[in-house]
Amino acid sequence: MITGLLAVTLLGAVLGLDTVSFPQAMLSRPLVAATLGGTLLGSPLSGLLIGATLELIALETLPFGASRYPEWGSASVVGGALFASSPSPGPGAMTLALLAALATAWVGGWTMIKLRQRNAKWAKKSQSALDAGSRGAVIGLQLKGLTGDLVRGALLTAAAVAAFVPLNEASLALWTVDARVSRAVTVGVAMSVAVGAAWKLFHGSIAARFLFVAGLGLGFTVLVLR
Amino acid sequence: MLLRLLAVQGTWNYETMIGNGIGFCIEPALRLLPGGVHSPEFKAALARQSKYFNAHPYLASVAVGSLARVELDGEPPDRIERFRTALAGPLGSVGDRLIWAGWLPLCSFLSLAVFGLGGGAAAVLLTFIGSYNAAHLTLRVWGLRTGWNHGMHVAHALANPVLRRGPDVIAPLAAFAAGLGAPLALMRIIGPGRALLSLVIAGTGLGSLLIVRLQGRVEGWRLALGVLAALVLFSVAR
Repeated sequence: MITGLLAVTLLGAVLGLDTVSFPQAMLSRPLVAATLGGTLLGSPLSGLLIGATLELIALETLPFGASRYPEWGSASVVGGALFASSPSPGPGAMTLALLAALATAWVGGWTMIKLRQRNAKWAKKSQSALDAGSRGAVIGLQLKGLTGDLVRGALLTAAAVAAFVPLNEASLALWTVDARVSRAVTVGVAMSVAVGAAWKLFHGSIAARFLFVAGLGLGFTVLVLR
Repeated sequence: MLLRLLAVQGTWNYETMIGNGIGFCIEPALRLLPGGVHSPEFKAALARQSKYFNAHPYLASVAVGSLARVELDGEPPDRIERFRTALAGPLGSVGDRLIWAGWLPLCSFLSLAVFGLGGGAAAVLLTFIGSYNAAHLTLRVWGLRTGWNHGMHVAHALANPVLRRGPDVIAPLAAFAAGLGAPLALMRIIGPGRALLSLVIAGTGLGSLLIVRLQGRVEGWRLALGVLAALVLFSVAR
């Protein structure tokens, strides 16, 4: 139990760091992070399922410049780990894991803003040394920022796991909505966000609109043929 | 310098953006200045390079390469500062269009299509991480080399067809991948909800219309959070 929590916390910290600070290789995308979270708890496929659903939602919030967006790395680890650890994925397990991941991503986005403000304060504090071209100040500031982000991700992941594991268990015991309905609503919500995101990204180009419809046609044809 | 570039956003903040990160990345090159790390030239150059700077993190490599070059070439400080200011804008907008609005959604939807076709965890992850980072790392290496080779004349290199026309080519491909990947992923995720497929498709149509109409006021992920929280409350409390 403790080892599992430590492993999930460490993964959440590392993938939280990847979101912006290092190395921004998109290992923090839900598709990857949730799958790794599920893998840690012995069920990569559960993690992949949650990861794909979260990825559909995360496509709406791409990390443009100084925009504020949810922190998907640590949050997806939490979602993947929660779904993978559900004793028998009952009717509400996916909905609950997704809700926990979205809530963690929301709080995670807020913690990133706080860290950025903290980075600015640290920079201001070192201003005279930076203006003097101090090598130690430049490198020290960078290491401080990276460490701060790593610690932020770890605390966020640990707090989310500590809060959502008991909540998840209690909610699963009381769950009443039919499995088909809860899964249909969950998938419908994720797909709505993904289609909305695709429209926002591609509606400006006629070629892109045409190819989107062509892709949809091919996708549904493949489904029918299978 | 290449390794340090991976941490260029390590101290990102709303005041100096990636300014300190640029100084951090250039610092190993500045050690080659006459007199080394204790010389006034080194300190002046490092102070100059650690000030405010904003660019796409991957294309910041172009800035790091060219700024390192002009510092070592001994260009006058005011000329370097003007050059540094001029570099920031284009490196931000080109990177945003090429990577965040093009390459990332393309790789993501392609991987969702692989997932929808029944791909396992390893296949999906390899597709996403492999395809995305092939471009990501290539761009960082190319940027550093190009900046270093061209120095003050790097603007010429930024007319590279991949940077100029890439976004216009990648966006339609990403749109096609989105159209293909979304229904395939839906069918794999839906599981027991398959019995209600027509309702899900109708609901997706209405939901996406609502999200598009609310654009700029409410983000889709917040709506998703609200709907799922309502479903959980309804299911647990009734």
